[in-house]
Formats: sequence, structure tokens, C-alpha cells
Amino acid sequence: MYAIITLAAGLLFGLGLAYSEMTNPAVVIGFLDIFGDWNPSLIIVMASAIAVGMIGYVIKGKRLTPLLASKWQVPTLRNIDAKLIIGSSLFGIGWGISGYCPGPGLTALVNNPSEGFYFVAALIAGSGLHYFQTRITQK
Amino acid sequence: MDTIFNPLVGGLLIGLTTTIYLLSVGKVIGISGILSQLLFSKERFLPFLFIAGLIIGGSAYGILTEQTVAFPEARSPLLLIVSGLLVGYGTRLGGGCTSGHGVCGISRLSPRSIVATLVFMAAAIITVAALN
Repeated sequence: MYAIITLAAGLLFGLGLAYSEMTNPAVVIGFLDIFGDWNPSLIIVMASAIAVGMIGYVIKGKRLTPLLASKWQVPTLRNIDAKLIIGSSLFGIGWGISGYCPGPGLTALVNNPSEGFYFVAALIAGSGLHYFQTRITQK
Repeated sequence: MDTIFNPLVGGLLIGLTTTIYLLSVGKVIGISGILSQLLFSKERFLPFLFIAGLIIGGSAYGILTEQTVAFPEARSPLLLIVSGLLVGYGTRLGGGCTSGHGVCGISRLSPRSIVATLVFMAAAIITVAALN
């Protein structure tokens, strides 16, 4: 059941990205280009997704456990530190350069493979760099 | 393709997905985090299914229908590699991306996620303005 829900969630999430054209970096850059020919689509996507998501958290508040698991595993960190600010800044710069954030970048492997290959290879390398850096500094 | 209707329906679909996932398995959907689990954790089966579904869902619709805005012509590998490295490293250092912080985090009014989203949006807007 977990497997079916996870696969379905991936499929639906991907369909939502594609239907709103967030899989196309040209549309995303059109949104980020607020000083140019602005395309509002991304803010509409985020606002409607967040509105539905908030209903989900209201329902969560009324339940002791999820339907299929024994406990909630929602992130509980609350501190705003340098890692959060620096990491988010680096992510934003990278996102602005290409118009790809992780989800749309992964779909580019099929949608636009000549771009997707380079982006995803570097995405994995960047993620790996952080993973190994964390492992080394923790020792 | 409509600049209001399509993003609205796409966003509702994304919100519905994160909500169903939350209420059934009790977790948030953060794509940078799920990708990192697929790469570096010991339990790879579920992250694999999610990422496979994401790629299939995210490409099937585009293949079946015509999109209004053309995909960019292949840009320089250097630009894509610099971008991918920054996105990969930055999302892990900052603990989330557009899905984990932007959608799931703001949905539960997490102060961390609200700050992260404002920071990455501002950085991206400044970057696009600087490059244009």
C-alpha cells in the first residue's frame, strides 16, 4: 500500500507540475523575471497548492496518527540559522540561472534530455558534495 | 494553455498530492530530500518509486499535449552544470526546495520554510534580473 501511494504521489505531483507548465524552465524564468515580461503562473501554482495543503494540516490536527502509519513524521525544526539562509540563497541563484528546481529538473531528463542530463548530473553531484561534507565534519 | 487556469489546476493537483501523502503516510513531500534519500540512504525503494512517478507524470502530460511556451533550445552545459551544483548543494544545506519549503512548509506555517522561500525567491529574482 505504501508503494502504491508513493508511486501515485510521484505521478500526480509530476502531472501537476506539467499541467501548470512548471516543468518548462522558460515559464519559470518568465515568473522570476519580475522586471521584464512577467508571467504570474508560479505564484498561482504555489498559492493554490498551499491553500489545499493548509486544509490537509487542519485535518492532521484532528487526528492522532496518519491513516497508514503509526506516527507523524513532519519536520519539527524551527531555528532559522546561517545554513538555512546560505543554502536557500545558493539554491535561489542556481534556480535563477537555469529555471530548474529539483522536480522540474528531473522531468527534464525526458522533456528536454540535452539539458536534463547535465543539470541532473550536477544536481546529484551537488547533493552528494553536501552529504559527504556532512559525513566528514561529523567524524 | 491558460496563464491562470492551468497553474491553478496544476497547483490544486500538487496540493492534493501533498495532502493525500501527508494524511496517509504522515510525511511531507520534499523533492530534494527524496532525491537525496534515493542516492544516499539505505531505504531506496520508496524514494525510487516517487522519483520514477514524478519523471513519468511530469513528462507524460507534456508529450501528450502541446505546451504554449516552447522549451528552451539546449543551453550551454556549463550553465546547466553550475545551476545543478548550486541547486543540489543549496537545497541540502538549506534543508529543502520549492516543494518541501515552498509548498509543504508554508502550508503548515513553518517559520523556517517561510524564511527559506522568501530567500530563494529573492535570490532567483535577482539572478534572473542580473543575467537579463
